[in-house]
Amino acid sequence: MPGKQLLMTFPVTATSHTLADYVARGGYATLRRVLTQLKPEDVTKEVNASGLLGHGGAAFPAGRKWGVVHLNDNQPHFLCANADEGEPGTFKDRWILENAPHLLLESMLISSFALQVRNAFVYIRGEFDLPYRRLAAAVEEAYTAGWFGEHILGTEFSCDIVVYRGAGSYVCGEASGLLSSLEGKRGYPRNRPPRLTVQGLYKRPTVVNNVETLANITRIIAEGADAYRKVGTAKCPGTQLVSISGHIAKPGVYEVEYGYPMQQFLFDDCGGMLPGQKLKCIVPGGISTKVLTAAEVEPLTFDHQSFAGAGSSLGSGGMIAIAEGTCMVRLLQVMLRFYHHESCGQCTPCREGMGWLHRIIDRIVAGEGQPDDIDSLYRISRLQDGMTICGMGDAAGYATIGILDKYRDEFEYWVANKRSKLAGNLEGTVHA
Amino acid sequence: MKHLIPEFEKLKARFPAGFESSLVLPCVRRIQEDRGYVADDDIAGLVEYLGVPRIQIEEVLSYYTQFRRKPIGRFHLQACRNVTCSMRSAERLIDHLSQKLGVAPGQTTPDGVFTLSTAECLGSCGTAPVVMVNDTYHENMSIEKLDALLEELKGQG
Repeated sequence: MPGKQLLMTFPVTATSHTLADYVARGGYATLRRVLTQLKPEDVTKEVNASGLLGHGGAAFPAGRKWGVVHLNDNQPHFLCANADEGEPGTFKDRWILENAPHLLLESMLISSFALQVRNAFVYIRGEFDLPYRRLAAAVEEAYTAGWFGEHILGTEFSCDIVVYRGAGSYVCGEASGLLSSLEGKRGYPRNRPPRLTVQGLYKRPTVVNNVETLANITRIIAEGADAYRKVGTAKCPGTQLVSISGHIAKPGVYEVEYGYPMQQFLFDDCGGMLPGQKLKCIVPGGISTKVLTAAEVEPLTFDHQSFAGAGSSLGSGGMIAIAEGTCMVRLLQVMLRFYHHESCGQCTPCREGMGWLHRIIDRIVAGEGQPDDIDSLYRISRLQDGMTICGMGDAAGYATIGILDKYRDEFEYWVANKRSKLAGNLEGTVHA
Repeated sequence: MKHLIPEFEKLKARFPAGFESSLVLPCVRRIQEDRGYVADDDIAGLVEYLGVPRIQIEEVLSYYTQFRRKPIGRFHLQACRNVTCSMRSAERLIDHLSQKLGVAPGQTTPDGVFTLSTAECLGSCGTAPVVMVNDTYHENMSIEKLDALLEELKGQG
């Protein structure tokens, strides 16, 4: 196991997701203590002190986000768990939804108590079937057991929850787009300010946290911020779930302690590359983060500072291992087709820019690339940066520049020779 | 959609007061589950029931990829072709499916049994390549497994 575990602490069995098993593991005892012994401020203080980082991709401190919500301000507050897991390469929240739904629910109840939330929501992507069924069943179990509803445990605290299903839109994973969708509209992101914690769902203060971020709350409150800070590094406390896929021997979800050596993670824990394959590069945290070559990854440790130092980011923990022999032009084509498909169309630089990028790469792959096409890809990618309401345009630009910077020769080869340097192959080294 | 109103009422009870607009997505989803697509009179019925502007429902229907205004085949095969799935043979699988069914992605077989679509990241990269059949994920797919799956579905069709 890659370091200490805070979430993946129990064996997954046919019943480990049920209320009975969760209670047998000590589940809902922390909520009981919170509701009967603590004040909302006590919870927030502990979350702040823990240094818990957001696990949706931006790594913004959860406590600071919470801190913007004012208690006793005579208006409703809302909490929403972001389970719209859609960043390509990312499937880690699925692990929590499928295997530990009650941990998420207990954490959301504790968070709702701290933030004076009467109505909480889980926004889950529309395609997720088993995760939805597991979560919806857990909600029903929790209602029956009296963990949701009026006067929970006979206290003044009441809380209801709705599991809200998306319907296929990448942009809804962005917190403000998510809230537009939760209002029953197109998932258009919104300009800030106002921050969502000031004016969010139906213009009320709303905290949107990633599923994994919230799932950590129960343990932080149960064991205290100091215990949490003993895991990970000084600047990156705790762990992060990593979903690794691609040309790797043992793909799946791993809980990695911050500070853990990357070489050990990739080559011991994940079993290295598939037989006969050699590592070319990784996508570190969802395709919107810049690729890192095998040589760049080698000295890194698994934490935000280490990856930032290498010019990339841990993002959403969606790691993709790419083998030698893989054509980076075709890979970028797949990415740009995706971004073009998912642009919501609100902002001109993204709506038009994604189409331009997509059409240029299609032209290169069709053998009709023009000498200045590579420069155009750079120029359009930079044009997006900071010019749009949400970060999608920026992200597509980073992904494009990341690949062009490191594998420009493959693009130049294709334009000059009207064919791929690597036979357009996406499946790694082909063995005859 | 009128026969679904008792269900919608139960759903509404879970939301706070004043959240009628939020019911658009769940109601549209339920209507589509029931009829297979969303028809003109469903939209009119929802406008009347929820009291939201018609344009809001039209916008939602044209924005989200999962909603449709026309019927499709009995089995909707959605093959992911995003980064990891493509790295694990998705492009070959889609070509195979297309050839075997005799339709291009986006089309339905003449007997109305299969609709083939491509999808972008279904969040199942660890078990790539993945093909969704209606609501169910079929993971770690291969040409052999696809052939067996098609035979099984044909038996049901």
